[in-house]
Amino acid sequence: MSRVRHLRDPDALRRFSVAVIALAILWPMMQLAQFDVFALFEVNNLKVFTNFLIQFFPPNLQTSFLALVLKATFETLAMATAGIALAMLMAIPLGLIITYSLSISRLGPASGHQIARLGRYLARMFMLLLRGIPEIVWALLLVRVFGLGPIAGVLAIAITYGGMLAKVYSEILETENTLPARALLMLGSGRINAFLYGLLPGASQELASYTIYRWECAVRASVVMGFVGAGGLGQLMDQSMKMLNGGEVSTILIVFLLLVLLADYISLIIRRQLS
Amino acid sequence: MKKIAFSFEHLSFSHSNGKEALKNLNISASAGESIAIIGSSGSGKTSLLNIIATSLRPSVGTVTVLNVDPWRISKGRLQRLRSLIGLVHQAAPIPPRQRVITAVLAGRLGQWPLWKSLLSLIYPVDIAGPHLCLQKLDLADRLFDRCDRLSGGQLQRVGVARVLYQAPQLFLADEPVSAMDPVLSDLTIQCLLEDARIRDACFVASLHAVDIALRWFPRIIGLRDGEVFFDLPAAEVSESLLQQLYASERGVLPKQGSANTSS
Repeated sequence: MSRVRHLRDPDALRRFSVAVIALAILWPMMQLAQFDVFALFEVNNLKVFTNFLIQFFPPNLQTSFLALVLKATFETLAMATAGIALAMLMAIPLGLIITYSLSISRLGPASGHQIARLGRYLARMFMLLLRGIPEIVWALLLVRVFGLGPIAGVLAIAITYGGMLAKVYSEILETENTLPARALLMLGSGRINAFLYGLLPGASQELASYTIYRWECAVRASVVMGFVGAGGLGQLMDQSMKMLNGGEVSTILIVFLLLVLLADYISLIIRRQLS
Repeated sequence: MKKIAFSFEHLSFSHSNGKEALKNLNISASAGESIAIIGSSGSGKTSLLNIIATSLRPSVGTVTVLNVDPWRISKGRLQRLRSLIGLVHQAAPIPPRQRVITAVLAGRLGQWPLWKSLLSLIYPVDIAGPHLCLQKLDLADRLFDRCDRLSGGQLQRVGVARVLYQAPQLFLADEPVSAMDPVLSDLTIQCLLEDARIRDACFVASLHAVDIALRWFPRIIGLRDGEVFFDLPAAEVSESLLQQLYASERGVLPKQGSANTSS
């Protein structure tokens, strides 16, 4: 009997305490956030909810309005796409700089190792600054500079999403098998080549699919920024909401759903192409 | 007097966890020499090769590779030095989804300007070169296959082909034939030896199979617990010396085709 008792899972206590701590942290947070599932199903609340939803029917499908929606959709798509493209321009170099497995000075380590580490740290801080401030704040700021219109939205997306993409790019690259890149650095290849020939073949699918997911997020974000005057579907929705025109709002919401569906579909196609 | 390919002076190396892998080594080799390093698992063969490859930095003592101390030169010169050193890894470090031709072309990334390597991703800048290297290793028909369609032994030969294509001045190989059958092992070793001979390069290989080492290499270094146990011409390596070298494996000499897993 006593011999069996010795064969306990040594990790059990640690796992158990992590679970308890997680619960102990989550519970007060739920309280703080006034989380109450049952409030959703109270009769009064349900009535308010239903009345609000009823306004949305039927969707407004007049051709004159649809033409407006179409134009705004293109504007939103253009804003999200341009924003993501600019974000990638920032994120790719940043991501390559902070990726540890592409560090040349780490081999050995060589004498410049400390400087390289400082460089990576500064790049990380810079990314934190970019993505730590919500895009809506950047948009509000940029609207002051560039005036009302999509350019503020594009730049706000580029700044925040540049920081986010760089962080996730480097995380994706770190989880890849790093031996191929290391072997290339060992035969004198530079950082960019080690990435292209060593890491990209394995990571391309995940990188592409995350970028497209961010593009989808950018479409939604550009809507929110439309509320502060950055153009596109958001601005249209803002107007409709202010005029309490539920039909128009629901038409716009349907367009959103279609856009997300489209993003899903594009992601699927690209991942299939890469596999 | 021949050019020095590499030399160690009172060199020791400890891993970051404090374990001492190499102790007070004094070895030197000149251009055109072929050396086999043998010893049981954990005797320090891989660490020794990585030190020559400038992948690890010695904790004590100095290393000289192709007439320079790699840890005293600028970053740019170190990178150029590395392009002259070719290392065949035991497990070919090639992304599974890469094509064979791309994996072989990657051998010259240290020598090409950036525009050339970018261009090569769109269309291979050199097809004849990799084809020739693969042909020597009896693998020419897999030139445009993806690496995940290859067997372990074939992939290992792609790794060898990459180093042949790199055409380095110093060939290093860490158990380059561990996944191959006897016929292919001999072919591959011969191919590396021949290539090194033609370009008067030094060739250092760690080998698990003692018989391959004795058959092909004029100079044998036996490592035991991180120390040089013997450093002799192959003809002078006696059976009893080998028994002592592999004492920790109960004196059973690892031969080709037997156990293939070791590092």
